[in-house]
Amino acid sequence: MVFVNLNYFLKITTLLFSIGIMGLVLNRKNILIAIMSIELLLLSVNLNFIIFSVYLDDVVGQLFVLFVLTIAATESGIGLAILTSFYKLRNSIEFKLIKINNLKI
Amino acid sequence: MYLLLVFFPLIGSCVAGLFGRYLGFYGASLITTSCLFLSLLISIFAFYEVALTGCFVYIKLSTWISSEVLNVDWGFMFDSLTVLMCCVVTFISSLVHLYSTEYMSHDPHLPRFMSYLSLFTFFMLILVTADNFLQMFVGWEGVGLCSYLLINFWFIRIQANKAAIKAMIINRIGDFSLLIGILLIFVYYKAIDYATVASLTPFLQSFKVTFLNMEFDLLVLIGVFLFLGAVGKSAQLGLHTWLPDAMEGPTPVSALIHAATMVTAGVFLLARSSFIYEYANVVLCFITILGSLTAFCASTIGLLQNDLKRVIAYSTCSQLGYMVFACGLSNYSAGVFHLSNHAFFKALLFLSAGSIIHAVNDEQDMRKMGGLKKLIPFSYVMVVIGSLALIGFPYLTGFYSKDLILELSYGKYSYFGYFSYYLGTLGAFFTAFYSTRLLCLTFLSIPAGHRTVIGFAKDQLNNITIVLGILAIPSIFIGFYSKDLIVGLGTDFFKTSIYTPLNNVNSFDAEFVVWFYKSLPVNLSILGVISAFFLYTYFFRFLFLLKTSFLGKKIYNFFNRKWFFDKIYNELFGQFFFKFGYSVSYKFVDRGIFEILGPTGLTMFFSKIASNIHKMQSGYLYHFTFSILISITSLLVIRKMWLLFNYSIDYKIFILFFIGFFFLINLKENK
Repeated sequence: MVFVNLNYFLKITTLLFSIGIMGLVLNRKNILIAIMSIELLLLSVNLNFIIFSVYLDDVVGQLFVLFVLTIAATESGIGLAILTSFYKLRNSIEFKLIKINNLKI
Repeated sequence: MYLLLVFFPLIGSCVAGLFGRYLGFYGASLITTSCLFLSLLISIFAFYEVALTGCFVYIKLSTWISSEVLNVDWGFMFDSLTVLMCCVVTFISSLVHLYSTEYMSHDPHLPRFMSYLSLFTFFMLILVTADNFLQMFVGWEGVGLCSYLLINFWFIRIQANKAAIKAMIINRIGDFSLLIGILLIFVYYKAIDYATVASLTPFLQSFKVTFLNMEFDLLVLIGVFLFLGAVGKSAQLGLHTWLPDAMEGPTPVSALIHAATMVTAGVFLLARSSFIYEYANVVLCFITILGSLTAFCASTIGLLQNDLKRVIAYSTCSQLGYMVFACGLSNYSAGVFHLSNHAFFKALLFLSAGSIIHAVNDEQDMRKMGGLKKLIPFSYVMVVIGSLALIGFPYLTGFYSKDLILELSYGKYSYFGYFSYYLGTLGAFFTAFYSTRLLCLTFLSIPAGHRTVIGFAKDQLNNITIVLGILAIPSIFIGFYSKDLIVGLGTDFFKTSIYTPLNNVNSFDAEFVVWFYKSLPVNLSILGVISAFFLYTYFFRFLFLLKTSFLGKKIYNFFNRKWFFDKIYNELFGQFFFKFGYSVSYKFVDRGIFEILGPTGLTMFFSKIASNIHKMQSGYLYHFTFSILISITSLLVIRKMWLLFNYSIDYKIFILFFIGFFFLINLKENK
C-alpha cells in the first residue's frame, strides 16, 4: 500500500474538492445542490485525511475524520432545516431569492 | 527738542485724526497747522545749531531690535543733510497745511485730511532723521502709505482709488528692492546703521558675492538695489508712471507729495548712501544714464499734456531726473541743493495751480481756461515766478541749482557727463517750452471756458494767497542766498554727511567750462520761452495745422500718451500678470492641481473606490463564494509564483499587477 503512488489518490481528492467548489460557485439555482457540494467538499477532505493518515501511519488523521463526519452530519442537518423553513416561506428553493438586500449603505 | 521736531506732526495728526469730530474743522486745522509751525521753528533752530554752528546731534531713543548680531535702535541723527531736509519738509508742509485749511474748507472730511497731511510729514521726518537703514525704511513705507491715503482722499472716486493703488504698488516694487539692498547690507556688514556701514564700506571695496548664481561686486549689488528703491520713490524712468496719476488727489496733496517730500526721498537716499556709491562707479554710471533719460523723457511728455496738474507733475519728474543724475555724477550736494530749491518753486507752482483750479470751478483742462491774466492777476504772478524759477531764468532760484547741475555735468569731462549734459540741456529747453505753454494757455490766450465759470474767477485775500505770497519769496531768493552755503566753492556745509572722494570732485573743473556750454542751457531756456510764447500767442493756427497733419498727429499722440509707457505696461505686464494670475496660478494651480490632489480630488477618488468595492457585494450567495474562490486562488498563485520565480522575477512586478487591478475596477465602472 505504501508503495502505491500517493499522487494518484491526491489527484482524486483534489478533483473531488474542485468539483465541489465548482458546484458551489457555478450553481445559481438550487440550494440543495449547494448543500450537496458542501458535503462533497467535506468528503473529499475526509478522504484526504484518511489517505494521509494511512500514508503517514498515524491515527490522528482518522480521529479527525470521525469529528468531521459528525460535523458534516450536523451541518447538513441544519442546512436542510434551513432549506425547509426557507421553502415554507418562499415556496421555492432558488438561490436568487436570498439576495441580501438589506446591506444597502 | 530735536525729538519734538519729529513728533510734533505726529501729535497734531493723532489729535486731529482721533478727536477731529470734537475739535471741529477750525480746531483740527488750528492744531495741526500750529504743530507744524512749531516743528518748522524748531527745525530752523536745528538748522542754525547743526548746519551753521556745526555740532551734529545724535539721539538714541531706545533699542528697537536686539537679536544676536542685529541691533537696531530708534536713533535720530541730525546732520547737515538731515536738517536741510527737515527745514524744507516742515516749511513746505506747514504752508501746505495752512493752504489746505482754506482750499479744503468746504470738504466734509477736513480733520481727516489734516490728520493725513500731518502723518505724512511725520513719516517724512522719520525718514530723513533716521540713523539706520531700517528706521529709514519705516519712514519710507510710512510715506508710501500716507501717499496712498492722501491720493485716495476722495475715496468714492474710482479714478482716485485706481491712482492710489497704482502709486502704492509701483512704489512697492521699489520698496522691495530697497529691502533687498538693506538685507544685503545686513548680511555682509552685520550692521545697518549709517555710521558703521559708512566706516566699513572701504574694506568691502572689492568684495565679491554670489547672487542668483552669478558673481557680483558687493557694493555694486547693494548700490543697484538701493537705487532701484530710489527709482520707485523718485519716479525715475521705468517706475515713473505713478507720479502723474497721483494727481487725482487734492492739489495740496500733490504739492506736498510730488513737490517737496515723497519724491525727494529717493534723492535723499542717494545722497545719504553716497559712501556706498562712491565705491561703486558702475552704479554711478547707471544712475547718471537713468536720471538724464528721465529728465529728457519727462520733459518731452510734459510738452503736450493738457491737464494743468499733469504738466507740473511731469516737470517734477523731469527735475527729479536732474537731481538724480547730479547724484550719479558724484555731485550729491548739487542734487540736494536742487532738491531744496525745487521744493519751493514746485510747491509754489502746484499751489498756484490749485488756486487757478479753485478759481475756475475745479476745471483742470488747460484748453478750457485761457484769458485768466486779468481775472486772477495774483495767481498769474505766482505762476510766472514759479515757472521762471523752474525754467532756470537767471537770478531766480532754479537758475542757481539747475544750471549748476548742467555745468557740473559738462565739467565732468566724461562720456556720461556729456550724455547727461546734452539730455539735460534739451530737457531744459522743453521745460521752458511747456512752462510757457502752460502760461499762455491758461492766462494769455483768448478765454476758452464757460462764461459763467470764467466770469466768477477772482483772487481773494485768504490763506491761499498768503501761502502763495510766502512761497514766492524763497522761490525768488533762496537759490541766491543759499548757493554759497550749500554748493559754494570749497564749502564744508555737508561735512561728513555726504562723502565724495577727492578724485570725484569736479566743482573746480566746472568753473572753467567753456562759456558757450556754460550759457547754453540758459540761452536754450530763453529760446524755449520766446518760441513757446510766440507760437501759442500769434501762431495758433499754424500749431493747429501742425497738430492735425499726419505726422503731427502721430507725434502728438506719442507725447500726449506719455510715450505709451502706460499702454505698454498695461498690455505687456498688467494684462499678462492678470491673465497669469487668473488662468495659471488660480485656475490651474489653486483650483486645479491643489484641488485635485487635495480635498476635492481625494473625496472623488475615495468615493469612487468605495462605490466600486461596494458593487462587489452584489448580495448573491454564489457571488460571495466566487469571490472567496478567486481570492484564495490568487493568493495561492502569488505565493507559488514567489516560490517558483523568486530569483528570476522582480517583486516590483506585483506593483504593476496591483495597479492593473485598480484600472480593471475602473474599466468595469465605465462599461
